[in-house]
Amino acid sequence: MGLRRERSVIPGFGITFGFTSFFLCALVLLPLTALVMKGAGMDWQRFVAVVTDPRALASYRLSFGASLMAAAINIVFGFIVAWTLVRYRFPGRRFIDAMIDMPFALPTAVSGLALTAVFAGNGWIGQYLEPLGIKVAYAPLGITIALTLIGMPFVVRTVQPALEELPKDVEEAAATLGAGPAYTFFRVILPALLPAILTGFTLAFARGVGEYGSITFIAGNIPMETEITPLLIVIRLDEYDYAAAAAIGCVMLAISFVMLFAINLLQAWGRRRISGAGRR
Amino acid sequence: MTRIILILVSLLFLSALLFAPLAVVFASAFENGLGAWFQSFTDSDTGAAIRLTLLTAAIVVPLNTLFGVCAAWCIAKFEFPGKSMLITLIDLPMAVSPVVSGLIYVLLFGAQGWFGAWLQEHDISIIFAVPGIVIATMFVTFPYVARELIPLMQQLGNDEEEAAITLGAGGWFTFFHVTLPRIRWGLLYGVILCNARAMGEFGAVSVVSGHIRGLTNTMPLHIEALYQDYSMSGAFAVASLLSLLAVVTLIIKTLLEWRMGVHHR
Repeated sequence: MGLRRERSVIPGFGITFGFTSFFLCALVLLPLTALVMKGAGMDWQRFVAVVTDPRALASYRLSFGASLMAAAINIVFGFIVAWTLVRYRFPGRRFIDAMIDMPFALPTAVSGLALTAVFAGNGWIGQYLEPLGIKVAYAPLGITIALTLIGMPFVVRTVQPALEELPKDVEEAAATLGAGPAYTFFRVILPALLPAILTGFTLAFARGVGEYGSITFIAGNIPMETEITPLLIVIRLDEYDYAAAAAIGCVMLAISFVMLFAINLLQAWGRRRISGAGRR
Repeated sequence: MTRIILILVSLLFLSALLFAPLAVVFASAFENGLGAWFQSFTDSDTGAAIRLTLLTAAIVVPLNTLFGVCAAWCIAKFEFPGKSMLITLIDLPMAVSPVVSGLIYVLLFGAQGWFGAWLQEHDISIIFAVPGIVIATMFVTFPYVARELIPLMQQLGNDEEEAAITLGAGGWFTFFHVTLPRIRWGLLYGVILCNARAMGEFGAVSVVSGHIRGLTNTMPLHIEALYQDYSMSGAFAVASLLSLLAVVTLIIKTLLEWRMGVHHR
């Protein structure tokens, strides 16, 4: 420590480090420990019974399934949006570009309420889907749509900078060498953007698995059918079954850690790709 | 040709997903005219919800700004063991489900929680009361300022601060006259985003609030309460106010991005 202080003349290490660590310990580490201890303190068999309860299993399937679907929709349409914003100039482009971040700024309760109104049987879009037999609001499809909205900026905002950095001459070289547009896209552009696309996918998926606010409005919250895992935690808490809530909470926390780890790996891969390309 | 098709696909996708929901909020809120819109805010529970949201943001945002500046100073200006661990911890609330963010405080301060008995003895209520809402909001919003400032300050380097200190300036003087002017736009950017999330948080607050109308319902929770009552005009009126907040946040954010000359994320 002494050595380091001597090297830097800038003051304030002690106080800022102390304050930051204290804040983090009190606000993050201690409560998360309480959760893990509560889960770990349970009888193992009871823990397994709670987290593999049919209702819990149905909620994992729904949360994972809808989040995967939404993230998949987003890598297709989010990619098209990112491409349009980077490659084309058209009136209103800057407005659209700014609006992409709307789901970050809009409270989830508002997006949930608004999407429900739009996709309900008598809503602006729902009234055309209902006669076709497509039920969106109060059905799993509604959950997917809400998660698509929530995850959209993650995909667009990770693909966009990668697309901007993509050197144009690579495509031109491919075209000069006789590659068609489809070949160039699938063999040249897509592989170069793969780390960014996968990062965006994982970010959107991770956010989707944990999402609660917008879903409570559009899902209808029917047990076994449209009940997501975060909602199940809330239900267990309402029953004052803190241990069960903590057990499911531990499962979700473990998923968050896995996601965080995957995102870090993907980003490291993306950085290596870019620096590797630079060296060549 | 591809150009036209791709632009149209983008616009259609964003219209169905983003523009239509936003439009429906304002259309439904002002369906019965401006008078009816104002009328819905005279409801005492709605007023209480707005006040609680403002109070929460007024406590959380300054505290998290202070934390963000401290954390960024510590991480950007110094090298120390465990630094990457500290950054991971700061990012953690972003990765945790909002419901889990609320749950951890129930396990800490709730009736059956670690400090539950002690709190009850001393007649302090945190869960199902305003302090719980403030703490849960603090948890979900505290990465915002720090995450904005850390890369910015790392990129700016230490040279100017070192020069100021070597020339005899004090630590506070250096911060306010050398560092702050260079990071102010980034700081404001983080504060704006932190504020938007603080006012709009639903999941974490929902778990700790107890949903007592007029007492522990914030604006987003009040939207849910009105929605469950089938009081749609009221729900959309409150939602339109929060949408307005999002629009203002987005405008300031876009202006700041132009000002800083960087494209964010």
